[in-house]
Amino acid sequence: MTTPTIINRFKTGLWYENPGLVQLLGLCPLLAVTSTFNNGLGLGIATLAVLVLSNALVSATRRWISRDIRIPIYVLIIASLVTCTELVFKAWFPALDRSLGIFIPLIVTNCAIVARAEIFASRNPIGSSIVDGLVMGAGFALLLIAIGIFREVIAVGWLLAILPPGAFFSLALAIAAKNAIDNRRREARSSAIPRRSRHINR
Amino acid sequence: MADNFIMRSGLTLATIAAICTALVAFTYQLTDKRIAANEQVWLEQSLQPALSGLFFDSGVSESVVTIPAPHELPGTNDATIYRVYSGESPVAALFVVSARDGYAGAIKMLVGVDIGGQITGVHVLAHRETPGLGDRIESNKTDWVRQFDGRSLGDPVAGNWKIKRDGGEFDQLTGASVTPRAVVKAIRQTLEYFDANSAAIFAAAAQTEDEVIE
Repeated sequence: MTTPTIINRFKTGLWYENPGLVQLLGLCPLLAVTSTFNNGLGLGIATLAVLVLSNALVSATRRWISRDIRIPIYVLIIASLVTCTELVFKAWFPALDRSLGIFIPLIVTNCAIVARAEIFASRNPIGSSIVDGLVMGAGFALLLIAIGIFREVIAVGWLLAILPPGAFFSLALAIAAKNAIDNRRREARSSAIPRRSRHINR
Repeated sequence: MADNFIMRSGLTLATIAAICTALVAFTYQLTDKRIAANEQVWLEQSLQPALSGLFFDSGVSESVVTIPAPHELPGTNDATIYRVYSGESPVAALFVVSARDGYAGAIKMLVGVDIGGQITGVHVLAHRETPGLGDRIESNKTDWVRQFDGRSLGDPVAGNWKIKRDGGEFDQLTGASVTPRAVVKAIRQTLEYFDANSAAIFAAAAQTEDEVIE
């Protein structure tokens, strides 16, 4: 496996392996708080911060931690980071904290975070893990923001968008759009390039 | 051999736990003052809903008494009462109380009671009820909490200070009855406390500013 460039890493996080669109991780906060742009942005940034820090800590401690106790250690690390994030939000963004309410502490249950710790940070050096946290966090945050904007705009004419079912519809539309784009690209590529060298998306 | 492994794992866990605890403690130290200040600002703002229609000239959060736990008010922590005056005469008392029997943790709320024992307003300050169900007790989500405005211990009579499902007079929320039940009960307890202790509440010496903010 060659070392991917930063740009490729971003493509992976934002598109090919987007935690929300492809891996379908962290759906609970995604569906619950994306009723407005502000909420999407707030939770997106909070999740991004926790993901970067947890990847960094998990990666930094990976040599001392045997496989048998890794899960409780992830839980400890993630829970403390989320608590710190909650305190920081309460201190510096009190309005956002009130509007996101329980979903900031609930970042602790976002499986995207423990998934990145297990899949990536526990096997890779710290710098690379931080990049992974950044790209995966950015992918998740941008999806939250996009759905937040979409629902807030649509809700003007279609009230359902702001209600819980609207979250499911919006996410479904986003996933469908991504798949449609991927399919179109694949077709374009397969007709232009000889079969032998066809690229396989992971 | 196995013992050795368990010892080592335990030690690693303990070390990481200590580091994590230190991290949280450090962040807490860093944010503690700001959070307290933010809550004070928020409190000043959130006292407003319980003050509509009152005539007063005192600073709202100036005259505070704290009733140390245990007390007859809802909640197991110390209860805070903000007293509102017009000149020398008491106008209302605003209670910050916690309903302990909600669906998820304490429901911290503000209950304003005027000198005649009528509710001037109820406002939920903090809670962890289910989003979409119990959280409709918030005044910016629904008007549910406004049904208590102007009510008192005799209106409705004591036996009817319940939600409709329990044979009382107050609306519940569709899909959530634990939360409204807890809120109604806490309001009733607050009114009963005011009824029994109003003279003492207004007679108590006010605290100085330092004590209020801690």
